[in-house]
Amino acid sequence: MSDKYIVKELDSVVIRFAGDSGDGMQLTGTQFTNTTAVFGNDISTMPDFPSEIRAPAGTLAGVSGFQVNIGSTDILTPGDEPLVLVAMNPAALKASIKDLQSGGIIIANTDAFTASNLKKAEYESNPLTDHSLDGYELHGIPLTTMNREALKDIKGLSGKDKDRCQNFFALGMTFWLFDRELDTSTEWLQVKFAKKPILAEANIKAMQTGYFFGETTEAFRHRYRVRKATLESGTYRKITGNEATAIGLVTAAEKMGKTLFYGTYPITPATDILHNLAKLRHFGVRTYQAEDEIAAMGSVVGAAFGGAFAVTGTSGPGIALKSEAMNLGLMLELPMVIVDVQRGGPSTGLPTKVEQSDLLQVMYGRNGDSPMPIIAPTTPSDCFNAAIEAARMAIRATTPVIILSDGFLGNSSEPWLLPDPDSIPPIPVTHATEPNGEDGTFLPYKRDENGARPWAVPGTKGLEHRLGGLDKSPETGNVSYVPEDHAQMTAERLGKIAKLVDIIPDQEVYGEEDGDLLVISWGGTYGAVRSAVRDEIEKGRSVSHAHIRYLNPFPANLEEVMNKYKKIMVSELNNGQLAFILRGTYGIEVESYGKVEGQPFKISEIAEHIEEALK
Amino acid sequence: MSIKNIPLKLTAKSLRSDQTVRWCPGCGDYAILSQVQRVMPKLGLPKEDFVVISGIGCSSRFPYYMDTYGIHSIHGRAPTLATGLAISNPDLSVWVITGDGDALSIGGNHFIHTIRRNIDLNIILFNNRVYGLTKGQYSPTSRQGHRSKSSPMGSIEQPINPIALALAANATFIARTLDSHTKHMGGVFEEAAKHKGTSLVEVYQKCIIFNANEWGDLQDSHKRDDHIIYLEDGQPMVFGKNMDKGIRMNAQYELEVVELGDEFTEADLLVHNVKSKALALMLSSMEWPNFPAALGVIHSREAQTYTEGLELQIADAQARKGVGNLQSLYADADTWEI
Ligand code: SF4
Repeated sequence: MSDKYIVKELDSVVIRFAGDSGDGMQLTGTQFTNTTAVFGNDISTMPDFPSEIRAPAGTLAGVSGFQVNIGSTDILTPGDEPLVLVAMNPAALKASIKDLQSGGIIIANTDAFTASNLKKAEYESNPLTDHSLDGYELHGIPLTTMNREALKDIKGLSGKDKDRCQNFFALGMTFWLFDRELDTSTEWLQVKFAKKPILAEANIKAMQTGYFFGETTEAFRHRYRVRKATLESGTYRKITGNEATAIGLVTAAEKMGKTLFYGTYPITPATDILHNLAKLRHFGVRTYQAEDEIAAMGSVVGAAFGGAFAVTGTSGPGIALKSEAMNLGLMLELPMVIVDVQRGGPSTGLPTKVEQSDLLQVMYGRNGDSPMPIIAPTTPSDCFNAAIEAARMAIRATTPVIILSDGFLGNSSEPWLLPDPDSIPPIPVTHATEPNGEDGTFLPYKRDENGARPWAVPGTKGLEHRLGGLDKSPETGNVSYVPEDHAQMTAERLGKIAKLVDIIPDQEVYGEEDGDLLVISWGGTYGAVRSAVRDEIEKGRSVSHAHIRYLNPFPANLEEVMNKYKKIMVSELNNGQLAFILRGTYGIEVESYGKVEGQPFKISEIAEHIEEALK
Repeated sequence: MSIKNIPLKLTAKSLRSDQTVRWCPGCGDYAILSQVQRVMPKLGLPKEDFVVISGIGCSSRFPYYMDTYGIHSIHGRAPTLATGLAISNPDLSVWVITGDGDALSIGGNHFIHTIRRNIDLNIILFNNRVYGLTKGQYSPTSRQGHRSKSSPMGSIEQPINPIALALAANATFIARTLDSHTKHMGGVFEEAAKHKGTSLVEVYQKCIIFNANEWGDLQDSHKRDDHIIYLEDGQPMVFGKNMDKGIRMNAQYELEVVELGDEFTEADLLVHNVKSKALALMLSSMEWPNFPAALGVIHSREAQTYTEGLELQIADAQARKGVGNLQSLYADADTWEI
């Protein structure tokens, strides 16, 4: 058989499944990912779906894609350019072809390349036959016909139901191409359709037929092997950023000995956090779907007053609405966490696309001097750690804390080595139970050494007190318009946030500790920037990478780190927001390289800019 | 520790904070404050279990004057904070203090959704039909034609009807009372506090500075009884100093005031039924001064509160799945060993 094709060993390979949003491409991609993950590859995935739930079939607006990067080495991003593209219709081909590697493999469903579909995809001639794809390895396969043929003996399923299995036919072919077993997906189908075994049977049949088609056809010149990655041993699962956030929040609540209150309003791309938490009533999780973003934030402030671990999740437009109540939380000095899963802005912007353009909003977008700690997770699984750290900071400084995630992190996935919950240290919480003033009075704004004020929960005898959005006298918290009081309280609110620097680790640098260029990035761009810097260092360039995880306050040594390089370039998915803050904070020169296309950085884009900056 | 050992009997006085009350002299808010302070000790709860949450407006200064737990929050949002608090801390007695601008204008959305969810709260709506704190603009309950600094030629807008709005949101308890009628007010507050779920009490409140004549004869203790129907469950709707008037439904299915005598007798009058939502809707259409003021419990029925529903779900999930365990949560996906 081996004379039919050549087996190629690859360190990593990128595959994209693209089709109509009704074609089940997210599912196909997920199934492929699960199998390769179980096999032992490192993985990173990225879905790309339209914001319309069902855009008109066959149109460019309706294309749904799922990209996965699998590797035997450390995989940090879903990959720049796919080697393999599975295109279920002309629109999917059109939307993805620009990203495909030259010489890459296209598997296209010829049955879908009808005159009307070509027109919907705005093709003037059929790309499968007009030689415009001559630079690629094109496999036109009548998937629909072959799938129908494969399932013709299955009784009791409509033609439509059978056609719905064609994504599994394509999946089977892909499994063959990458020499993967069908077991994981077969088992999944059996469980998924336990109540409708005929659907399991049809999908399994479609997948097997697709696999055997790969085996028997002589069309494919290569078969690809990607060896197992050398990952730390242990039990792994695949996790998205939104899943990791949800699980991290539940963990934080347990580590605080509290119940989790999650008050929120559905908004893309943050809603999956709610979906994940709503399933966890058995953890005592109180998810609350409020009537709007404002109410969600208000409920969080109320729950925090009541002593819960209170959290909300949203995206930029939601932060805009929540700002007033966030500021109340800041003024009441209660611990709470706000998760911002950023998307493209301004206004409604690009709901399903990624951008890091809420940084200035969460940093400065409230009235008054309103400092809030900001922590930006770096990878999907790091959202787990960020949730726990945010809780720790919130308690330490009795303050709202912002987790600045993004749509890319939220929806992308990577393998996650399951931690041992017992190894995660507790988050000690002290509630005031005794008066702290003279004559048995309670002083709600008398601070501890970290600047935190006592958290006295209603129901505690003798500590009745009133809080409010009006500014106050120090210690007593009584309403005050005295100029010195306002100045002092403003300074105290700033001071306790600044003091969090004591528990923030120093800024680490990847590469040499000094040199020509320091690339700075933050949040979900970690993988792309780190990969690019790694490649450039290998090429002998004098470049290092500082990925900032703590955006407010910054790590204590950040200025010192930056001063060691001749040039600094900040790469971020906006038009220079962190660059602006760094210039303003440290008065240093930084170059800004921003991208606002609703797409993550490609490694090659960063690499180009590094080369450019080094000229 | 000393505090715990001395059994403190809760009194109206012990509910007063050390802050000087700063409403205008003659403002109706004073009477409401003192009635709330009188009613709370009757509820059998210790002081620390009371929480008073307000929004923004004259009435929203209220929490500062109460020696309970409290929050003076932001405009219109008091019900949202109270909701989060009640969900995470169901044993508290949570009171929302709000005004007509706060609850029905900027906070209108929260007002209806809080009621719809039947969160266990007592909402005291101070309706003075004007914006006081910002110095006298017309409010969402101001009558059409109301002249104010922001409507010098008269308000063009139709007023909103808080009772009808609450009914549209499926309120489980609605009552109305009057600031100057302290005894009546106390009774209504007590019933509201005892009700499980969202209790809405509309208080006709006098803003002596910007809308002094809004309630006309209602504010005159000698004349008011000719203009008030004291609603009593199961009783015919008779009113007047001499009990010589009543409310009936006419052939056009509308309410009308009739004189009792030869033409109409008590048998022609409506009989109050607090459980009937249809009747409550009709009563909501009686708005002062076009009608006498219907005071008392307008509607009251039992229903599951939001928190009860939530606690049941938690208990049910724990019975089915066992109390959540982090280890199994982490592993709740396809896993593989390396
Ligand atoms: S302005 Fe009116 S409502 Fe406000 S305190 Fe004065 S009298 Fe009372």
